[in-house]
Amino acid sequence: MKIKEKLTVGRAGLDSLFRSAVALLLSLLVSAVIMAACGYNPIQAYGAIFTGSFGSLRGITQTLTQATPLIFTGLAFTFAKKASLINLGVEGQMYMGALGAVLIALPAMGLPGPVHLMLAILGGMAFGGAYAAIIGFLKVKFGSNEVVAGFMLNSIATYIVGYLLNGPLLAEGSNIAQTARVAESAWMPRIFSKYQVTYAVFLAVAACIFVAWFMKKTVTGYEIRCVGMNKDASETAGIRVGRSLVIAMCVSGAIAGLAGVNQVLGVDRRLINEFSPGYGFNGIAVSALAAENPVGTILAGVIFGVLRAGVMELNRTTNIPIEFVDVIQAMVVVFVSAPLLIRNLGGHLSRLKPARGAKGGAVQ
Amino acid sequence: MNAVEMRGITKRFGSFEALSQVNFTVEEGEIHSLLGENGAGKSTLMNVLYGILKPEEGEIRIHGKAVQIKKPSQAISLGIGMVHQHFMLTPVMTVTENVIVGSEPRKGPFVDYGAANRSVQEMIDRYGFGLRADTRVQNLSVGEQQRVEILKALYKGASVLILDEPTAVLTPQEVEELFVILRELKASGKSIIIITHKLKETAAVADRVSVLRSGKMIDTGLEAKGCSINDLALMMVGRRVDLTFTRRAEEAGEVAYDIRHLNLTKKNIPVLKDINLELRRGQILGIAGIEGNGQTELIEVLTGLCQPDSMELYKDGALLSGAPADFLRAGVGHIPEDRLSRGLVVPMTIEENIILGYHRTDAFSRKGIQKTEAIHSFAVGKQTEYLIKAESVQSPCSSLSGGNQQKVIIARVFSENPDVLIVAQPTRGVDVGAQEFIHNKLLDLRDEGKAILLISADLDEVRRLSDRIAVIYDGRIVSQTDHDVLDEMELGLLMTGGKEGEEKAL
Repeated sequence: MKIKEKLTVGRAGLDSLFRSAVALLLSLLVSAVIMAACGYNPIQAYGAIFTGSFGSLRGITQTLTQATPLIFTGLAFTFAKKASLINLGVEGQMYMGALGAVLIALPAMGLPGPVHLMLAILGGMAFGGAYAAIIGFLKVKFGSNEVVAGFMLNSIATYIVGYLLNGPLLAEGSNIAQTARVAESAWMPRIFSKYQVTYAVFLAVAACIFVAWFMKKTVTGYEIRCVGMNKDASETAGIRVGRSLVIAMCVSGAIAGLAGVNQVLGVDRRLINEFSPGYGFNGIAVSALAAENPVGTILAGVIFGVLRAGVMELNRTTNIPIEFVDVIQAMVVVFVSAPLLIRNLGGHLSRLKPARGAKGGAVQ
Repeated sequence: MNAVEMRGITKRFGSFEALSQVNFTVEEGEIHSLLGENGAGKSTLMNVLYGILKPEEGEIRIHGKAVQIKKPSQAISLGIGMVHQHFMLTPVMTVTENVIVGSEPRKGPFVDYGAANRSVQEMIDRYGFGLRADTRVQNLSVGEQQRVEILKALYKGASVLILDEPTAVLTPQEVEELFVILRELKASGKSIIIITHKLKETAAVADRVSVLRSGKMIDTGLEAKGCSINDLALMMVGRRVDLTFTRRAEEAGEVAYDIRHLNLTKKNIPVLKDINLELRRGQILGIAGIEGNGQTELIEVLTGLCQPDSMELYKDGALLSGAPADFLRAGVGHIPEDRLSRGLVVPMTIEENIILGYHRTDAFSRKGIQKTEAIHSFAVGKQTEYLIKAESVQSPCSSLSGGNQQKVIIARVFSENPDVLIVAQPTRGVDVGAQEFIHNKLLDLRDEGKAILLISADLDEVRRLSDRIAVIYDGRIVSQTDHDVLDEMELGLLMTGGKEGEEKAL
């Protein structure tokens, strides 16, 4: 009995893994066709992407460096989605997180390294969380749409950061909008001294595992899932729906903030204006590819990291426009968000192999 | 000649056989009752006939001609019409507009409303439907709306009418009117199939009966006259059930839930008007009434989901107000009227649903962490105690039948041992076996001294279980009596506002 239960749970997980894998394959395939139609060699392109991301230790660290913020933003999106909230404000929350981190990390407080670092991380989470909580609050109190509110707050966040970087926080003598270097005690340590990848990648993995545990085992996680799937039943059961929504938004924002923290303390060691090449929005694609599974976010983040890391090699060694990487990414979103397509495809496949009863659907 | 002949119909969903080798025949000009519990395969069989589902095996003949029905439009052109349980009408449009949709008479590129009105009115008069073709549907009663649905099918030329649970939403008077219409249609040569699990009505209107159980035809073409209700129940359930069984309260205890001067206005319309009710320990107070007369709002107010304009609510003498959580904590259990929207988080597992609302209690969590083992063993225990049919307690509630979903809710609420129970539509869409089980549980709880408020659209249910019966009409309690004072017809009259009740006289 017990074994059977585990199997059925595993089956659902496998199903979404299968679906994501098919979506990924299809998008690579369709992108290849587009490349070929444009007169480029897709095999050469994929070869370059692969070498760039896995071909060397440098490539691998580059992949992980690119994956880190994507895992955070993907996880942030997933977390809010569990409460059926679409957090389009991840990008803004990430900027706020970066701001929170840099404010604490700039002054040399004379604190021992780990403490200063820890404070800066917490500061970033607090800023991101508080900024996202505004969206939750507006939704619960005034019924505003979180999609619109999140989108608008993105602009506000980037402009606030832009203003500060051109004014009060501008590094002395710098002619681009950026802060001075943060205090060394607040640096996120690098795993290899030569490469950019930092221990934040472990933080990202830990965050994913923590979220999975949180959703499954804690009362708050349970309530968030209930609210996400049925608000009326949750209300009837005495769950404070508004509170759950604000919490979900707030935690989502805190995780988004970590993406900014990583950038400031680990990658750039300072806050640079418009540092994000769209990590926030790519997080949506990561979350979709992971089928909103917190642990799956790790893998999905790495896959997108591969594409990002491969871009440089693609640019260096071929004449293929790097925009094709965006095409692949967009295709992934298209195919992942068309579950019926994949399911029908799966149905056809299973008809060829009658052993798999994929169409076990609801009776009556 | 047979209007419909289905032979050896087999329909599988995956490995599950929903229908196996089913034979079903309907003669021309008869009313045929298709009986069976929920999940027995009635709807599946009719969906096969209506072209919604494709059977794996079997053949269908319509008026003697072998046909392959691949989609509903084909069924319609073969003269098969279906009236669904949930009406599909556009309220702001007139009867005519609703009836002609899909086959509008045209004058050039325009709809010929004049001709449409005339032909619809002519049909209404021919069958004695008592409607006006130019009334807007939103101004019609539920029974009248149902007639519009029947008209829709007839207008498309139906000679075989399938009615899915047609009496579920009707008052006793409306049921009588429906039966008159059905007999009229029969006299004009139409064949009528009624899908139902109500035995009393089968006996009252059907010429012949077919009984489905677990996808198998137990008996088909039985003369309805020769069958007793308990015989039919035996065929339907497969064992003896006594559907008339009840037992009365020994003696009512003190007042546990005292509702005074409850008023509620929604969108400037008063929906509950000065409601005063007393729930006593060891007593079931039934609220009879046609849906939409304030029952939903009454339930919401009494469980904290909705704040009334004014009310004094005492639980065991102490004032009670606040949010649903406060009501739950005060020992007010709630079985919601709509289990899918308010009762369950359907995609979640039985385990997760069976603690919903009580998930913060010490039994199921500690310092914000859920006690997985305790929840699991609790769920397993309740699955056995409440006979919840499911693969495991980790199956999602979406995979359960209606009856078993309801049992999850009931197990959850009853296990917390509440003093007061607000029970709404406890057996809606639930099979006979589960119905009997739930009714017995309710009576047990009453005998243990719980105060129970039963709100149900099923008048038979209210009459069977209640010790006292109140009738709600247009947001007011128009009558409150002991269970044996008024008969079915008198209650029916009160439910439609036809007669002022006892309370007014007092």
